[in-house]
Amino acid sequence: MAAGHIHRLHSPGDTTIHRLPPQCKLASMIAFTLVVVATDPTRFPAFGLYALLLATVAVAARIPPAFLARRMVVEVPFVIFALALPFLAQGDRLIVLGLEMSADGLLAAWNILAKATLGVIASILLAATTEPRALLLGAQRMRLPAPLTQIAAFMLRYLDVIVDEMRRMRIARESRGFVARDLRHLPVVARSAGALFIRSYERGERVHLAMLSRGYTGTMPIIHDVRGTAAQWALAAMLPTAAAAVLLGGLL
Amino acid sequence: MNSLLVQGLMHAYPDGTQALFGVDLSIERGERVALLGPNGAGKTTLVMHLNGILAPSLGTVSVGGLPVTRENLREIRRRVGLVFQDPDDQLFMPTVREDVAFGPANLGIRGRQLELRVQEALERVGMLDMIDRPPHHLSGGQRRRVALATVLAMEPEILVLDEPSSNLDPAARRELADILRDLEITVLMVTHDLPYAFELCERSVILSSGTIAADGPTTAILADPGLLSRHRLELPCGFTIQTPM
Repeated sequence: MAAGHIHRLHSPGDTTIHRLPPQCKLASMIAFTLVVVATDPTRFPAFGLYALLLATVAVAARIPPAFLARRMVVEVPFVIFALALPFLAQGDRLIVLGLEMSADGLLAAWNILAKATLGVIASILLAATTEPRALLLGAQRMRLPAPLTQIAAFMLRYLDVIVDEMRRMRIARESRGFVARDLRHLPVVARSAGALFIRSYERGERVHLAMLSRGYTGTMPIIHDVRGTAAQWALAAMLPTAAAAVLLGGLL
Repeated sequence: MNSLLVQGLMHAYPDGTQALFGVDLSIERGERVALLGPNGAGKTTLVMHLNGILAPSLGTVSVGGLPVTRENLREIRRRVGLVFQDPDDQLFMPTVREDVAFGPANLGIRGRQLELRVQEALERVGMLDMIDRPPHHLSGGQRRRVALATVLAMEPEILVLDEPSSNLDPAARRELADILRDLEITVLMVTHDLPYAFELCERSVILSSGTIAADGPTTAILADPGLLSRHRLELPCGFTIQTPM
């Protein structure tokens, strides 16, 4: 069985950043993103400094730029939306490179692009240096409601099982001569999706029975508890603190 | 003392379908008993009563002298170690270690003691090397053994195995049999695999149409083709058992 695509976001390593407890990194990432979002979009140098801060983290965690670039593809839909804004928005018009566009739209596009890009890079860095399982433990430590972390944990565990089941159903369909050529074949695929849903639901029931049989009472026991030391929290706090300094420095 | 005592157990599902019509079964401590029966005989329904997942419409179940009631549920579920047919249903945690720890952690065991329980259980099934692996990266036979370890870690009074040999290759099937034989624990094994029952269990019980149709030494039961065929059971082609004289 393959290692599964859930680990594709993770870049194993043993740097100080990798070793930080997940809750420290999670808190740091959220605080940094909040600072970025709170920044006035016309303060262009601030965004350069934020990017520099993230680059420092990437270097410290030994995450290659190519790794980051490949994973930034998720941002593409937002980029397209942002690029359309200068042409669609109302307000003062100006001519850039021979194209007429809205000044407000241009600023709005920059605002979305800059902030989204910084946020995406920060999350990629978090995911690259933290195993998916550890991330959930971190979220659990940060008092995220238990049902949410449990749902996410089960998703992680059963994604491969369900993808495998989906593959077997596709092979079974194709072995009986089915080829999806056009829209008229959609009902067949939809019925397979329905069957997959029911199978997964039934598996969920069986897993729940297995959990009850081993004394489950509604909360997952925390088996490996990792607490951040003061030094680790201080290290994690450096990123948002530096960003906050950039933000406040400009306000004064 | 009895590991398991089932008396007059009847069960009807909420839609009115009756699955069990008065089951009596007593298993002594240390016995290995095979529960045989065709599909739809009520085997799964019976198993679900043993750890209180289903409640009897009538009759009683007790495990190691403790009746299965709502108040005793926690202790009952510790005493009854249920190993499900599909290990993917049983192994739901991200690593083997966490999965084996799940049961004892629910019993309130923590820290060093928990780690010892996990290691000991994995040792007993020969899977200690796999402790940090994710369960879905293991082979079918390895998964079955880890599933067994997850209930052994709860130190059960009785082990209930649902079709333990299904989907195993011959070598994995034999390895599991060797492990089960060495466990020295009470076992109730639900199966269609009659040679496996013959190999592991000195006593067999046939459940058919919701009642116990036969209860006796496995050799005697499997050597009676009339009895087997009445309950839709068959030995594999070429397999014969001589009745002990």
